Amino acid sequence: MNILTISLRLSLVLMVLTGLLYNMAVTGIAQALLPKKADGSLMYNKEGQLIGSELIGQNFTDPKWFHGRLSSISYTANGSGTPNYAPSNPDLLTRANQSVQDWKSANPDVPVSNLTMDLITNSGSGLDPHISPKGAQAQIPRISKLTGLPVSELESLVSKHTASRQLGIFGEPTVNVLKLNLALQQATQK
Amino acid sequence: MIAWISIGITLLLVVLLARPTGMYVYSAFSAEGTKLDRFFGPIERVIYRLSGIRPENQTWKTYAAAVVISNGLMMLLVYTVFRTQAYLPLNPSGIANMEPRLAFNTAVSFMANTNLQHYSGESGLSYLSQMIAIVFMMFASPATLLGVVMAFMRALSGKPMGNFFVDLTRSITRIFLPIAIVSALIFVALGVPQTLESTTVAQTLQGEEQSIARGPMASFLAIKELGNNGGGFMGVNSAHPFENPGAISNLLQMILMLLVTTSLPFVYGKMVGNPKQGRVLFVSMAMLFIVMLGTSLTAENAGNPALNALGVDQQQGSMEGKETRFGVTQTALYSVVTTASETGAVNGMHDSLTPIGGMVPLVNMMLNTVFGGVGAGFMNVLLYALVAVFLSGLMVGRTPEFLGKKLEGKEMMLIALTLLIHPILILVPSAIAVFAYPETISNPGFHGLTQVMYEFTSSAANNGSGFEGLGDNTPFWNISTGLVMYFGRYLSVITLLAVGGSLAAKKAVPETIGTFRTDSALFGVVFLGTVLIVGALTFFPSLVLGPIAEQLTLKP
Repeated sequence: MNILTISLRLSLVLMVLTGLLYNMAVTGIAQALLPKKADGSLMYNKEGQLIGSELIGQNFTDPKWFHGRLSSISYTANGSGTPNYAPSNPDLLTRANQSVQDWKSANPDVPVSNLTMDLITNSGSGLDPHISPKGAQAQIPRISKLTGLPVSELESLVSKHTASRQLGIFGEPTVNVLKLNLALQQATQK
Repeated sequence: MIAWISIGITLLLVVLLARPTGMYVYSAFSAEGTKLDRFFGPIERVIYRLSGIRPENQTWKTYAAAVVISNGLMMLLVYTVFRTQAYLPLNPSGIANMEPRLAFNTAVSFMANTNLQHYSGESGLSYLSQMIAIVFMMFASPATLLGVVMAFMRALSGKPMGNFFVDLTRSITRIFLPIAIVSALIFVALGVPQTLESTTVAQTLQGEEQSIARGPMASFLAIKELGNNGGGFMGVNSAHPFENPGAISNLLQMILMLLVTTSLPFVYGKMVGNPKQGRVLFVSMAMLFIVMLGTSLTAENAGNPALNALGVDQQQGSMEGKETRFGVTQTALYSVVTTASETGAVNGMHDSLTPIGGMVPLVNMMLNTVFGGVGAGFMNVLLYALVAVFLSGLMVGRTPEFLGKKLEGKEMMLIALTLLIHPILILVPSAIAVFAYPETISNPGFHGLTQVMYEFTSSAANNGSGFEGLGDNTPFWNISTGLVMYFGRYLSVITLLAVGGSLAAKKAVPETIGTFRTDSALFGVVFLGTVLIVGALTFFPSLVLGPIAEQLTLKP
């Protein structure tokens, strides 16, 4: 009986301490010190309208934009997910074949050997904000043709938005597709 | 090259932190007064007074009863929260109540440190549930097992077992809370959201609407990794860019996962008064870890032959289910760390790993001794150490001794029972699932079997990662994995506490020249051999039918 009452009282005390006080304390400190990041690194346009988060990828289907990773959920960020295809799943091969065909018709000037693996595979989250620098470069000829921007200008845009490995060592070099497309939008409006 | 440097630095940091953390954990639980008491004492005395705890030593039976009863009550409390979350405050996104079987599965899952998730965080739980139910259990669950392993070590070293409620409180106030607060704030600085605001709607560049889910994630993330819990705030766990924004947050997560569990061999060495004992076990486990990591990296870098054959640039390796910012290296490393430490967090989809890359996490969980989760893992390691001593004793024909205590029939029976529970909990339900519920398996062929085995292995080993293609939110999966998780956790806690109690009650025999030394490299080899032989004999046939067969059928 003694164990039972102590257990119950201790559970309630710990529930308040770790469930409520801990979370509230961290929220309070985070909101006071780092409000922008704590709110989700949100981005606004000049009119103050919310256009997304720099950490969350967006759906780009129009060929005049740089495209991100495939997303089985079309970048709807109230959820997250992926089809979880096993390497041996025939559906994976069918989808990848389709991606390669689409690439060929949209980018007739770029050989398939320049198409990078990240552009024909689904990301883990379905919200991947990045592609590889090579994946961005491979899209330049198409975008140059559709927007009229010179290849050299697009190349400098891509290299400006290429982030190297963190601390020079960890992870992979990345290009943030949303930020790159924002810059692209500004360049075309000039 | 740079990939190897990043891995080397990660592992070096883990090794450098292990011993100092161990010394801290040792003094945090010390029965004698330490400097830590001055700081934590006042807080703990308030908790003791509110709960009516008197810090007196318990027998192994009382200790085990306290574990089972307190954890049972916690499950009940949390189950109630899940079932009524729609009526409770802090539910800005208007989430409905959870259905009973899913709530049962979730409550067991988090109490048993498994964090298998058959719901999706964004749509299944209110902020209140995430905080007072999930985060609460994420503290209580590893704290429970850290207490248990401390009691087990005390028993082995001939000290009184201690008091469960004191151990539970100290785990939280001295270890998990302080480290979690600091790392949560670092995570916010790295971009992880920490807000009580609801989902927000953005107007995308292409002119569509995008709802962005967020929440109090950083505080959740810190204890998820530190406590080897592994359940994600978001459905895709640490693959979500909010839950793991970059390679540095990824690094911190891996360090947190291994921090406490790698420190335990050193705690043990100090506790039994022979640091070499601890070092031998640490090095043996580290060797297993390196082999696993090497296998996984090789498999993932080679990519998927079927996709490579399309003629695209294959330099990135197998990218299906992986995030660009982590790439193959950091995803493979994370998958090995998360299953070695029985955390279960994922930063890429394990279902989409190459067959051999996916087999490594599976084997980590089957062996359950490559460091393992906080407490539970090291209990298993000591279990295998006892088996190794017993086998060595049989080979030379004398009564085996461990730390000066004779190992006899009673202990060996309990140990053999514990060893058998694990494969039974995995293989029997897997067979039932494949036979009776094939429609929930999403991938065809050999991979389907791996999916099912992975789910039950993950449950039994209290890992919680999944081959998420499995359609697992059904009554069968919720109830079966719920039971497997429960028994996977508590049966071995009870049997091992019983072994500890039985050994503690024995008189120590003096060490002689004929005593088999358990602090030598030779013992390390025997220990590794025992782990591999028992593990291989038990699981090898099922691995051949699953991942190995799949690898052999992957054609370009």
